[in-house]
Amino acid sequence: MRIVVDRDLCQGHAACEAEAPELFAVSKKGVMTVLDQTPPEARRAELELAVRYCPTHALRIEED
Amino acid sequence: MTTSTDVGSTELGLPPMVSGGDGSGDHLDELRHDPIGLMARVRAECGDLGRFQMGGRDVILCTGAGANEFFFRAPEELFDQAEAYPFMKPIFGEGVVFDAPPERRREMLHNQALRDKFMRGHAATIAAEVDAMVAGWDDEGEIDLLDWFAELTIYTSSACLIGQKFRRELDGRFARLYHDLEQGTDAIAYVDPYADIETFRRRDAARVGLVELVQAIMDRRRTGPAATEDDRDLLDVLMSVRNEDGTDRFAADEVTGMFISMMFAGHHTTSGTAAWTLIELLRHPDELATVNAELDSLYADGSEVSFQALREIPRLESAIKEALRLHPPLIVVMRVAQRDVTYGGMRIPAGSLVAASLAVSNRIPESFPDPDAFVPERYLDPRNEDVANPWDWIPFGAGRHRCVGAPFAMMQLKAIFSVLLQGWSFEAAQPLDTYRNDHSKMVVQLQQPCRVRYHRRSPGPAG
Repeated sequence: MRIVVDRDLCQGHAACEAEAPELFAVSKKGVMTVLDQTPPEARRAELELAVRYCPTHALRIEED
Repeated sequence: MTTSTDVGSTELGLPPMVSGGDGSGDHLDELRHDPIGLMARVRAECGDLGRFQMGGRDVILCTGAGANEFFFRAPEELFDQAEAYPFMKPIFGEGVVFDAPPERRREMLHNQALRDKFMRGHAATIAAEVDAMVAGWDDEGEIDLLDWFAELTIYTSSACLIGQKFRRELDGRFARLYHDLEQGTDAIAYVDPYADIETFRRRDAARVGLVELVQAIMDRRRTGPAATEDDRDLLDVLMSVRNEDGTDRFAADEVTGMFISMMFAGHHTTSGTAAWTLIELLRHPDELATVNAELDSLYADGSEVSFQALREIPRLESAIKEALRLHPPLIVVMRVAQRDVTYGGMRIPAGSLVAASLAVSNRIPESFPDPDAFVPERYLDPRNEDVANPWDWIPFGAGRHRCVGAPFAMMQLKAIFSVLLQGWSFEAAQPLDTYRNDHSKMVVQLQQPCRVRYHRRSPGPAG
C-alpha cells in the first residue's frame, strides 16, 4: 500500500503524527513529511486511524 | 478540465448578472438586509457561477461542489484574502493579520495552541469555564443565548489561546466591548471602512476601550511580581520582547490587535453554533432526548469531559454538524482575483471579488436531501453526508483555507454540551420560530431576544 497526500488540503494539524508516529512527522511550522511512503502491512491499523482522524481529509491509502 | 488560468481568454464572457439591485443595478443594499436570499437567487438564476454588484464592484459567486473546489483549491497568489475583507482592518488594527504578507499569515495560522497534543488540556479548561459560568445559576432561571455564549467563548478562547492568567484578568466588560467590534462589520465597509455610521463609531470606541483594558493589565503586571515559569502566558512573553534600544517592542495597541485577531475566528462562530445547536435541539425534542441519553451513558462511568470531548460522541456531533450546515456562522467567504482566470467557459477578470457561499452550498438538495430540515442522521453511517460532499458541506470552508480551528471548535462544542446537558435541562422562553439570525452585518449573530429557560436536572440514571 501507498500513502497519498493531497497537499492542497494538509494544514499541519499533526493528527497523523499522533496516530502513526512511525509514518508521519510534522515540523514546528506545520510541514508534514511522510516517513515511509510504502509502509508494511503491519502498520495498516495505525495508518487507517491517521487517515480517519486527519481533520482536513488530506490522506488516503492507495492499494498496490 | 473546465479550469485554466491562461491568457487570450478575453473573448470569453463574464458570468451572468443576477436580477434585482436598486436603480443603478447595485445589490449592496440587498446584501445588507437579505444576503442569503440574494445569494440563493444568484444560484437559482445563474447556476454555479453568477455575478452581483456590491458598491460598484463585481462579485462573482461560486456555489456547488465543482465551483467550490475551484475556489477553495486556488492558491493565495491567484485568489488573495487580504483585500477581500476591508471591514476587518479597523478591528484588528495596523500590522495585524490582513496587513501581513501571505507567507507570514500562513505561519501565524500555525498557532501552536491548536495542535492536537494540546487539545486535552483545552478540553479541561473549557469544561471548567462552563462550570464557572453555571456556578452562578439558581435552580432555574433564564438566559439570553447571544449574551451568555458570547461571554463564555470570550473566556474559553482567551484561556486556551492566550493563557489562563490573562483569562483571569478579564470580566464581562471585555465581552461587551468585543461584541461591539463584531457588530462593526457592516458591508458598507466595501465602500468605506471608516464611513460615519453608528456601528462603526461604536466599533472604534470599543477598540479604544479594549486597548485600555489591556493597558491596565500590562501596567499591573509591570508593577506586580514577575511571572513564574508555570504562570507565564502569551502576554508575559510579548511584554518581555525589547527593541535594540531596550524599549518595549509591543505597545498595548498592537498587543490588543493581536489578541483580537487570535480570538476573532473562534469567537462569534463558536458562540453562534452553540446557540443554534441548543435551539435546534429544543425544536426537535426527540433528538435532544437521544443526545441526552448518549451523554448519560458515556459519562455513566464518571469519566472526565477532558477525556470524552476528544472522542467520538456521534449523536451530539451530528446535531452540531447539522446546526452548522443550516446556520453556518460565516455565510460567505471572499477573495480578490489577482489575474484573469476562467472557469466553466466564463471569465473572472483580475481585480474582481470572488466569493463562495457557505449558506447556499450547504443546502444544495442534490447533496443534502430535504436540505432545509434538521436531520442529524445524515452524518451517521451509511450516509456520512459531510465526508461524502467535501466541496459543498462547507461550514468550515474547504481546501487549503479550511478553518484551522475546526477540530478545536468541535472539541469545544462537545465539552460545552457535555457539561450543560448533564447538569441542566432547557426550554424555549419564546416561540420556537422566533429564534433567527441578524444578517445586517458581515459577522452574523443571533437576533435578540433569544432567551431560554434552564432548570437544574435532578440526578438521572447516571447518578
